[in-house]
Amino acid sequence: MIFSFDLLLNAIISGILIGGFYAAVTCGITLSFGILDIVNIAHPAFIILGSYIAYIINSTFGLDPIVTAILVTPAFYALGAGIYQVYYVSFEKRGQESMRGLAFFFGLLFITEVMLVLVFGVDYRYVGAPYIGPTLHFGAFDIPLRILVPCLVSLVMIGVLQFVLTRTFVGRAIMAVAQDQLALKLMAVDPIRIKRIAFGISIASAALAGAFLIIIQPVEPSVGREYIGRVFAVCVLGGMGSMPGTVIAAMLVGIVESLTSTFYGPSWAPAVSFGFLLLTLAVRPAGIMGR
Amino acid sequence: MTGLLEVDNLSKRFGGFVALENITLSVRAGERVGLIGPNGSGKSTLVNCICGTLRNEAGSVGFDGHSLNGESAHQRTRRGLARTFQLPRPFASLSLADNMRVPLLYTVAARSGRAAARDIDDRCVALLREVGLDGKARRLPRELTQVEMRKLELARAMAAEPKLLIADESMAGLTHSEIEDILALLNRLNGQGVTIILIEHIMRAVMSFSRRLVVLVSGRKIADGEPNAVVRDPEVERAYLGQ
Amino acid sequence: MRSDLFLLVCLIVGGLIFGAALLLNNDYYFFAGYVVLQYVVLSTAWNILGGYCGYVNFGSAAFFALGAYSTVAVHRLDPMPIPVLVAIGGVVSGIVGLAMGYLTLRLRGAFFAIATLALAVVLETLIVNWDYVGGSRGAYIVRPETMPPFGSYIKYLFLIMMLLAVGAITVARLIERSRLGYGFATIRDDELAAEASGVPTLRLKLIATTISGALMGMAGAPFPYYIGFLQPSSAFGLDYAVNSIAMPLIGGTTSWVGPLIGAVLLGSLQQIATVTISSAVNLLIVGFLLVGFVIVAPNGIIGLFHRYVRHKPDDPVGRREVRIEASESAPGASL
Repeated sequence: MIFSFDLLLNAIISGILIGGFYAAVTCGITLSFGILDIVNIAHPAFIILGSYIAYIINSTFGLDPIVTAILVTPAFYALGAGIYQVYYVSFEKRGQESMRGLAFFFGLLFITEVMLVLVFGVDYRYVGAPYIGPTLHFGAFDIPLRILVPCLVSLVMIGVLQFVLTRTFVGRAIMAVAQDQLALKLMAVDPIRIKRIAFGISIASAALAGAFLIIIQPVEPSVGREYIGRVFAVCVLGGMGSMPGTVIAAMLVGIVESLTSTFYGPSWAPAVSFGFLLLTLAVRPAGIMGR
Repeated sequence: MTGLLEVDNLSKRFGGFVALENITLSVRAGERVGLIGPNGSGKSTLVNCICGTLRNEAGSVGFDGHSLNGESAHQRTRRGLARTFQLPRPFASLSLADNMRVPLLYTVAARSGRAAARDIDDRCVALLREVGLDGKARRLPRELTQVEMRKLELARAMAAEPKLLIADESMAGLTHSEIEDILALLNRLNGQGVTIILIEHIMRAVMSFSRRLVVLVSGRKIADGEPNAVVRDPEVERAYLGQ
Repeated sequence: MRSDLFLLVCLIVGGLIFGAALLLNNDYYFFAGYVVLQYVVLSTAWNILGGYCGYVNFGSAAFFALGAYSTVAVHRLDPMPIPVLVAIGGVVSGIVGLAMGYLTLRLRGAFFAIATLALAVVLETLIVNWDYVGGSRGAYIVRPETMPPFGSYIKYLFLIMMLLAVGAITVARLIERSRLGYGFATIRDDELAAEASGVPTLRLKLIATTISGALMGMAGAPFPYYIGFLQPSSAFGLDYAVNSIAMPLIGGTTSWVGPLIGAVLLGSLQQIATVTISSAVNLLIVGFLLVGFVIVAPNGIIGLFHRYVRHKPDDPVGRREVRIEASESAPGASL
């Protein structure tokens, strides 16, 4: 492969932009796993669901996918709240969340993917929008709008989330519930309700992430599986419960993936984030008690 | 003189928070040591570091002449160091008898070679009898009351045939007579040669049991000596007893 | 029942089943039966780490595929008899299981589970890019027509898988009744307390991962001969991951009986369903059953059995009664 400085720089820029998108994909996990300690491996399935909803609305009504996602957010929030309630009653309350809770989410992931296959088949679906197609040119650098726009909106979304988590009462309660449920109860705040809200927000973010996904690339049901490793890799690298950490880690992963893809070929790309994850987990200095 | 347990300049931090700072403690074989201090002073953290559940950043722990640095918790238990947990942690899916069986199989048998199966069954029940739970040998931990859970916790620690037992708040929330029960048990154990470190908030129990009292406040040891002298120490009064 | 007697009984039962299938004289039963037996091995293997120790492995397909691809790799060098290939598959997968365990088992169960997912993808990517074993194009293994004295080759494969299934169940039962079984249970219940009681948790977890991985690899080793044309998508298929989790959870994770029940029931159901309805709907049903059971009947079919047939004096499973009654008999349990 001919090494060229332009190629390298383009790969890095592309990696940063994709990283912004990865941050959107991961922020839901940062919330549910990093902060609430719920291993929702079905999160990518909800993202794909969001993609397909954006696709249907877009192909039927021509509505912009991001707008669609924003409209659909309340429904996803309700879905998330409902799922958490089932999870809490069936697993957290009984102390079974480690094995059965995991199996539960795995089952959800699986069911969602298979249902999408049954309804939509395995063909790739894509959306149309004015910013899909045009590319900005800055000298030697090319920035496709279809990656730039989701990246920017995603950063806005994370900014909003960070604001909510640090400046609003509910947000701070969410950060607190991970650390001290008793203190919350003493403040007459129901920790279960807070967790339900948090999980709802987590799934709601998936709706937007799904819209971003289908703008950036065509989607088919099994695409979600690639993202499982990515989201957890980014979340862990980013320090678990930190939104800013998530953004930085996401861009790092994006850059490494982009460089690998450019210089070694795209068929190695899936292994990058998963490899990252394995490495991070292996090197991470956590004991049984450490977090 | 080297004690059974030698803690030397032990420190532990969690991120920026210093949980333990330069703790030095020496416990001789057969002693009855009480460890007291306000909530959050680091008592359980100290136990965790001594027993290997947590790794200390600095300092060392020696037991029975060996350095424990780098040894995992199960290795330390096999050397003869046992502890109870502040919130009882029984093996929920195993019967009470089987809860006893585990330390027998993994600690005692590991030390002295394979024990006969028949023998182990009897020993499980005998251990439960020490704490009055032999009637419930086939039951599950979730069917026990709070007191019974704490007794089970103690029995399980005893099953490991320790040289030193650290009892971490085994009496919290118990009635007067229940506390007497536990104290009697600990006395019996000490009479059999087991060194005991008692961590408690219930001063009456600590004072009656301990021959030596150690006080921990905000991660530092501020007193170590004869119980009556320690409780009259003005710094101890100020930090813990007074207010 | 002593373990060697148990093994004998299983072999006899297995032999009877084989004989019955021979009488039916339709190769279809052997093809279908092979798949069910394969799942018996996979679910039993999964349960050793998942049910006994409480560590969820989402990457069963990876260990299975490793066994299959070691067969392909070795076959290219020098075709060998299947029992040898099974041993090789077991060793390869066992070593990978050990290595992965060493990397991740010092962490929480959740991280281990995620790591197993990662492993599956990394391995699949590596295989897809490895041309020696065919890469994404796939690899052909020519299956001999017959294998005397069994007749058609599939009968031979069926027999091999039957022996593996018997072996897996015997190993699982042996573990349950041994000191190792108690150790595993304490890891599942409370690792900190286990360590404090002298249980070398890391060592035991590594043992569990190695045995589990090895058994899965052994199940995968004959697969290329069964299927004739091996592609990464079939070896790493999602159905292996889901089924090896669903079957033990639906059957019951506390003993060797659960995965057996789950595999036989669910496996047979799927074989029937694939012929009558599409395989995607078939998998969907497995998914729903998994979620349903995990919510409603966390102890699986064994658990339901004990809840509603509780007053049976003899423990039909033949284990220490307390372990099974455990989650069902206490007041306020489950629902």
